[in-house]
Amino acid sequence: MSVRLISRLDVKMSHLIKGVQMEGWRKMGDPAARARKYYADGADELLYMDVVASLYERNNLADILREVASDTFVPITVGGGINSLASAKTLLDVGADKVAVNTAATKRPELLNEISDTYGSQAMVLSVEAKRLSGGGWTAMTDNGRNHTGRDAIEWITEAAERGVGEILITSIDRDGVGKGMDLNLISAATQAVSVPVIASGGVANLDQVQAAIANGVSGVAIAKAIHNDTLNLIDLRKGLVDAGVPTRPYSKQEMPGG
Amino acid sequence: MVNLVVIDYGIGNVFSVCNALKQIGFEPKLTRDPETIRTADMVILPGVGAFSRAMENLREFGLDVEIAAYAKTGKPLLGICIGMQVLMDLSTEFGNHAGLGLIPGEVERIKPTAKSGAVLRIPHIAWSQVSSATAPSSQAWYGQAFRTPAHYYFVHSFMAYPTDADHALATAYYGGHKITAAVGLDNVIGVQFHPERSGPAGLKLLKYLVETGTK
Repeated sequence: MSVRLISRLDVKMSHLIKGVQMEGWRKMGDPAARARKYYADGADELLYMDVVASLYERNNLADILREVASDTFVPITVGGGINSLASAKTLLDVGADKVAVNTAATKRPELLNEISDTYGSQAMVLSVEAKRLSGGGWTAMTDNGRNHTGRDAIEWITEAAERGVGEILITSIDRDGVGKGMDLNLISAATQAVSVPVIASGGVANLDQVQAAIANGVSGVAIAKAIHNDTLNLIDLRKGLVDAGVPTRPYSKQEMPGG
Repeated sequence: MVNLVVIDYGIGNVFSVCNALKQIGFEPKLTRDPETIRTADMVILPGVGAFSRAMENLREFGLDVEIAAYAKTGKPLLGICIGMQVLMDLSTEFGNHAGLGLIPGEVERIKPTAKSGAVLRIPHIAWSQVSSATAPSSQAWYGQAFRTPAHYYFVHSFMAYPTDADHALATAYYGGHKITAAVGLDNVIGVQFHPERSGPAGLKLLKYLVETGTK
């Protein structure tokens, strides 16, 4: 089975942004242009997160999505502010393949059942922001680590899988934007708790760190900062994984028309 | 210009399929109008989600009858994902549901255990290698579609089991199990994966299928 390399693009209004531990956001470029670059570099999937959507209670990514989905041809997941069947539909209709829900589901978990019953579990991703507790374990948070849900992160993903979500996206707040590798204990706990695919986000900046995450059972690795600031290139990363015997989609830029 | 029809029946991913077709130089008509379907050179049936909902929608718009009639004309029909699964006789997803019955066989859940005994993550969401399952002697218009193995994007929990092994055109492997990646019978072909979401390789396959289908 091949592991997916996922380009994560956090967006605020019309800017691609990135922070450290979900704070101190800095502008990193144009979210559509960067997506095209990642597509050309062989990203297996694109993940868009509207980081201010929950605050304004609406996802602002429909326009960007419509544009990006018309000239990139890999799956796209969109998250941020999705709080109803209608808001999920709006994004699925303009090219999203999956919606990732966090805040609204922690308040009303039935939303997970509703979206997966209507659009299929393959379109329903639970997004969890996990923060390590000093006493052990992880708590699930929302709004970029600002608000507590009172839920244990691993219990929450287990419940979500029972409610029919087709995939789990787990972001380590502690490791986000730090570049020191993923929280492997968190990944391992998550992949053992559920039998749906788990995508891990937060902390990878090099090949070794990506391999360590894969060794802990993830189906996909989301990468943001390291590709935004060009310290890591998806083509080189893929080559490194292939050389190390990790199964991934073979890809060369020559496949691109005119590439 | 090729008269290419994409069936619009409220079951998702039509936007992506149309975008991909435009990218490779076609102008698909997104429709559920019977007359437009009857006059098509080729029909594409997309779809994501649950089998039962897909069939309900097809029936609601009278498209089950329309597509069956179109298939009888011998003109090319391509199903994608759920659009492929509904080509079969029956699915066991959420109870037994009849399909269009254009290709004999059933649709059943992917085994949740890998050959090694390990838990197999379902849905199967991955770029998996697709290889031809039939002899290259096939005379059908899509006969060479899978001659060169390629990786395509899959996302599904159920898979087709064609009654006649010859109707399984291509396979992938997941957890050591064979996954039916493509089915075909005469003018009707279906792919389980999403060519419209499978990067340059997917676009190339779509182009081949539409070009050879409408030649």
